[in-house]
Amino acid sequence: MRGRGRRGRPGRPSPALVLAALVPVAFLAVPPAYLAYRAGVGEAWGVMGARTTWETMWRTLTLLVGVAAGSVLVGASTAWLVARTELPWRRFWAVMAVLPLAMPSFVAALALAGATGTSGLASRVLAPLGIGPVPRLEGYWGATLAVVASTAPYVYLLTAAALRRIDPAQEEAARVLGRGPLGAFVAASLPQLRRALAAGALLAALYAVSDFGAVALMRYTTITRAIFTRYEAGFDRTPAAVLGLVLVALAVLLLVAETRSRGADAVQVGPGARRTPTPIPLGRFTPLAVAWLAALTCLFVVTPLAVMTYWIARAAGHGTLDSVPWRAGVTSLALAAVAAVIATVAAVPVTYLAQRHPRRWTMLLERAGYGANALPGIVVGLALVFIGARYLPWLYQTFPLLVAAYVIRFFAEALSGVGTALSTVSPRTEEAARVLGRSPLRVFGAVTLPQMRPGLAASAVLVFLSVVKELPATALLLPTGARTLATEVWRKTTVGAYGAAAVAAVTLMVLSLPFIWLAVREHVLARHPSSPPGG
Amino acid sequence: MVAALAAAGCGDSDSASGDAKLVVYSGREEEIVAPLFTKFTDATGIQVEVRYGKSAEMAAQIAEEGDGSPADVFFSQDAGALGSVSDRLSPLPDATLNRVKASFRDPDGRWVGTSGRVRVVAFGTKAYRADELPDDVLAYSQPKYAARLGIAPTNASFQAFVTALRLKVGDDRAKKFLADLKANGVKTFEGNRPIVEAIADGEVDLGLVNHYYLALVKKERPDAAVENKFLAAGDPGSLVNVAGAGVLSTAKNTDGATKLVDFLLSQDGQRFYATEAEENEYPLVPGVQPAKGLPPLDTLVGESQPLSKLGSEEKATLEMITEVGLTS
Repeated sequence: MRGRGRRGRPGRPSPALVLAALVPVAFLAVPPAYLAYRAGVGEAWGVMGARTTWETMWRTLTLLVGVAAGSVLVGASTAWLVARTELPWRRFWAVMAVLPLAMPSFVAALALAGATGTSGLASRVLAPLGIGPVPRLEGYWGATLAVVASTAPYVYLLTAAALRRIDPAQEEAARVLGRGPLGAFVAASLPQLRRALAAGALLAALYAVSDFGAVALMRYTTITRAIFTRYEAGFDRTPAAVLGLVLVALAVLLLVAETRSRGADAVQVGPGARRTPTPIPLGRFTPLAVAWLAALTCLFVVTPLAVMTYWIARAAGHGTLDSVPWRAGVTSLALAAVAAVIATVAAVPVTYLAQRHPRRWTMLLERAGYGANALPGIVVGLALVFIGARYLPWLYQTFPLLVAAYVIRFFAEALSGVGTALSTVSPRTEEAARVLGRSPLRVFGAVTLPQMRPGLAASAVLVFLSVVKELPATALLLPTGARTLATEVWRKTTVGAYGAAAVAAVTLMVLSLPFIWLAVREHVLARHPSSPPGG
Repeated sequence: MVAALAAAGCGDSDSASGDAKLVVYSGREEEIVAPLFTKFTDATGIQVEVRYGKSAEMAAQIAEEGDGSPADVFFSQDAGALGSVSDRLSPLPDATLNRVKASFRDPDGRWVGTSGRVRVVAFGTKAYRADELPDDVLAYSQPKYAARLGIAPTNASFQAFVTALRLKVGDDRAKKFLADLKANGVKTFEGNRPIVEAIADGEVDLGLVNHYYLALVKKERPDAAVENKFLAAGDPGSLVNVAGAGVLSTAKNTDGATKLVDFLLSQDGQRFYATEAEENEYPLVPGVQPAKGLPPLDTLVGESQPLSKLGSEEKATLEMITEVGLTS
């Protein structure tokens, strides 16, 4: 294939494209390079030889598996029910499925823990009914549940997008051959969902590895929490750096596993419009499906909102309620918008190179882009503190350096969103334009980009929502005196002002709502014949 | 968008005039200490730019910043964090240091305590009376107490207590104490305040915490059935730890920085803890009385205070806590 023809089939990638893809990935190498510099070989043996390190590793792995399985179960089942069945109130369930995107994992954990326990809201509500106190949610199951609350919406979005792309003709063929509705779906469509499910599970797993807030509040020690504890005690950065490198290794393993499990891409090759598949009747399973979605909504949406309302009411009763932190809200929104646009734009050449020039090294480059997502914010933050204060004092504690940290931390989300967007564009339309004599860049601008636009917007929104919730790197790199909503929530929580913390958290959620709507608009509206076809 | 960022970032700080500005890294919470900085600016005319965060993370930040650190003063929640970056601090003048007792400052004079907090046993008044609880912290690892006891093993204050215990009774005895706690069903929490809340909720009946969380919880829940039990003087369970301050050796405004530390130790700066701050921390300068209802500091402090060793011993302490399995 290499170098075949000057035009037509894209052969060797242009140097400009390679450069544009190399630059962002080079930035991503900064945190691992910093960790390698910090971790001494002697210390590494000490840390890796300790029994507790391996116990922590085991707890991390079990959490990762639980979160990946849990978020696929929750996200994919919801997506399938909403997109493919005759489920009642589909739009409502679609909105409920993505609302938790606006909730930082530590808020979800705080709320789930606050709802349980002897004095939790659940116990108080159930006490008059004679039901004993609900035990406090904590440990493995508490941490898994809180992290799944944050990650399931990503799986939902990726699966719903993939379900819309799949041509129903194959399923219909399977049904003609005698399969039932579910059997036809499993035989014809499920294999095409593998890429989306694997990507969703990967994002969820990487997030589970890097999460600090939820596991800390659930008293469950993973490697990331051990890294925080190491920084907090003794301030000895060497063992923390060794553990950080362990996370990098873990991310590499996850990426390899995900790459292996990928199926064929579901690219619609032929011309012709996609048709809306016939919804599968649920029949006597309807109550079961509604009960399942209602339970999820109750757990991940109603409970956190109820707990926060309760805290706000309690603080209002004592007259200790703060006003809405508008200014922090503006800072959060502006920072997140800039970071989201940069991350998405930077992800385009990396994705394009990997998908249109699939070689071992281009795909490796794209995979490497996912790696930084497994590193906790404190590692990314300290790496940039180290470089910023020592070598770039004019950039240190300014917004641009913080934005750089966000782009590094959440580049994986941009990659998965952009990757999905590009995979919906058939290379044949590009080839046709090239045959007509357009330059590659103009083909991209005239043919590829317009088709990718909805997917790019969705990708930017995902990064945006993650940035709004980010805490550890923000705390280290924010200009002195500035605040974001996430730092406000944290600040109020540390002094135990849960009412004020809830006000800031609710502000964060309300401000995120329009952007969530942007991300899900198509998934919510797609099934209705009156709405224009997506894509 | 960019304009909004610029406005949000510069609003508070650009009014400060060039070289007189002072940059403080505060590991103490804004809600607690912000009035102190306002008072300082009112008294001296020196503008202060404060960066708030957790003491430990700020210490890590100062260490990573190296010579490029923009900070002039590090105002820390505990002595351990100050000790961990003492190589980045420059010695304070004797006149400043001598305002507090030698046991509340660095022997090499690189940081000085500004307020004190005492380790106590918080207890539920429905379960216990103060006089029926042991005065010796080692007794609390017995099954009848430990099963109803809450601790915060990842919290710096708890770790400082374990360091004090190790230094007082030796590593073997300290490790046995921790292992007994674990074996006898101690409950672990993420911080001190959740422990006091859990006592108020009846989830546990006892907690090893700092004295001032009681006042904080009672502020939001005035009828919470919790009180503090102060242990014997010199017992590691009544360790007096300090919040304190140090001036960075790379400070650009050393003069202003020293003035701020002096102000924190002035009558005004010290009375703040007794009269204004809700935490009821102990003033450390002799002659300034603590808040009502607190036993005098002299009845709690033993002959030696191991504060200067908290930083260097912290790692071994954390290893012990991790090894016993209390952090999982």
